[in-house]
Amino acid sequence: MSLARNPIVSVKEATKTFSARDTGQPFHALGPVSFDLREGEFFSVVGPSGCGKSTLLDLLAGLGAPSSGSVHFEGKPVVGEVPDGIAVVFQEDASFPWLNVFDNAAFGLRRAGLPEDQVKARVDHALDFMGLSGCAGIYPSQLSGGMRQRVCIARAMVLRPRLMLLDEPFGALDQQTRLLMGEEMLKLWRDTGSTIMLITHSIDEAVLLSDRIGVMSSCPGRFIEIVETGWSPERDAQTAMDPRFGALQAQIWGMLRAESIKALKAKR
Amino acid sequence: MTALPGSLQPAWLKHRVVALRLLVIAGCVLLLEAGSRLGWINPVSFIPPSKMLLSAIELLVKGSFKTDIWLTLSAASIAVLLAVLFGFLFGVILFKLPRLRRVLDPLLLSYYAVPIFVLYPMLIVLLGLNRWPLVALGFLFAVVAMAVNTLNGLERVPAVLLRTARMLRMGRIDELRLITLPASLPFVFTGIKLAVVYSFIAVIGGEFVLSGAGFGYQIAYAYNNFDNPTMYGLMTLLLLFVGTINLLLHMAEQRLYQRRVLKELT
Repeated sequence: MSLARNPIVSVKEATKTFSARDTGQPFHALGPVSFDLREGEFFSVVGPSGCGKSTLLDLLAGLGAPSSGSVHFEGKPVVGEVPDGIAVVFQEDASFPWLNVFDNAAFGLRRAGLPEDQVKARVDHALDFMGLSGCAGIYPSQLSGGMRQRVCIARAMVLRPRLMLLDEPFGALDQQTRLLMGEEMLKLWRDTGSTIMLITHSIDEAVLLSDRIGVMSSCPGRFIEIVETGWSPERDAQTAMDPRFGALQAQIWGMLRAESIKALKAKR
Repeated sequence: MTALPGSLQPAWLKHRVVALRLLVIAGCVLLLEAGSRLGWINPVSFIPPSKMLLSAIELLVKGSFKTDIWLTLSAASIAVLLAVLFGFLFGVILFKLPRLRRVLDPLLLSYYAVPIFVLYPMLIVLLGLNRWPLVALGFLFAVVAMAVNTLNGLERVPAVLLRTARMLRMGRIDELRLITLPASLPFVFTGIKLAVVYSFIAVIGGEFVLSGAGFGYQIAYAYNNFDNPTMYGLMTLLLLFVGTINLLLHMAEQRLYQRRVLKELT
């Protein structure tokens, strides 16, 4: 997959300042941040806890507005609502417990008014892709955390988004399930051609999955550096055996270590 | 994949629990039967449960208290409907207006400390000497339970579901209809169950003490006239009615929970 593509998202000098709930004092959470997401790339963001990774994702998704600066998706400013063509998968389980797996996955399509035969075709394909085809009629409460997260990914995938934003979707899963889910995300990315931005705490995950990795500083988060991995789109779990994998890990950890210590001290 | 709790739990285990439950009830009934027949309990004040049941069947077949039963059931049903409707709306309003909620919070918390029956004379003055004061009593006793449970349910909707609603570009109405309400349904359902129970308690209690007709009044009347078969027959009928309603609500709730919540076994 070529990396030299047009930017699908353009972030210019974006910052986010919140008003602290108890004191009312302004709290500078993010930025200024400037970067582009290239069409069809797999971009990961790593950074210390509380550095503003999820805030950055919110700005891109239109779930929050920047305090200053701008965010553009496909050339149009992102203001106030999630633009058409963007889907978000959250860290927490966002499956609807009152709907079965099929209806969960079909939710967005039905709301968009797609004819039922098309809904069925798309959902069946997505469930098959996510290894959920045998679970269409059952409810999320009957599934494990990993399977529920797959339901949420299927619900996002059927919308055929041009940009998928993943906010630590594997954060609550065990290591083995994380690895498998990572492989599935790569397959999804290759098959759909969507642009993916993944927020993650895991350096390994970011190095294995991504074309580029944005390394963020401690709060207020800024990009220290954006690292190109140079992997082929056909990368898989074997990529971890590549000597460059360890070098990339070390490079990113080298940048993150001092920032993580800063973040820890700030917490204390 | 974790298996379905219901399917994980062997049928024989589920049935065993139900069988044990029935056995406990049957044991108590048999003990009372033996106690009254063998004279352990004074037979003047307590008749055997089998006689209570026969009396209940007789009362039902004869239809002697048809009007009273109808009056009680209709008053309680209207009270339930009004309490569910207004309690739900009140809960939504409190959820949407946190300032109002902060003002009313202590009042709501202490609401059930007030013996609601003391309002009955005032309700008669306001609504007249008819069934409506009883309906109002049932309504007042149930409405806050419904409102508090609705509020509780709305507050517990996970933030991630509301973010998902925004991701799917839903408007306020659709968010409420398609996400907030279904997500809070278990709590709303608890409110409905409580509204049913509280309305019946208030209506029958009101009849018992203050009314001139109805289930409660007839039980009190039979009691005052030492008419044990009628009194126990009516009590048995009342227990059967309320038990059936509770059973139906329990079954509906089980169906609801089976779909959405992992049971304690998993």
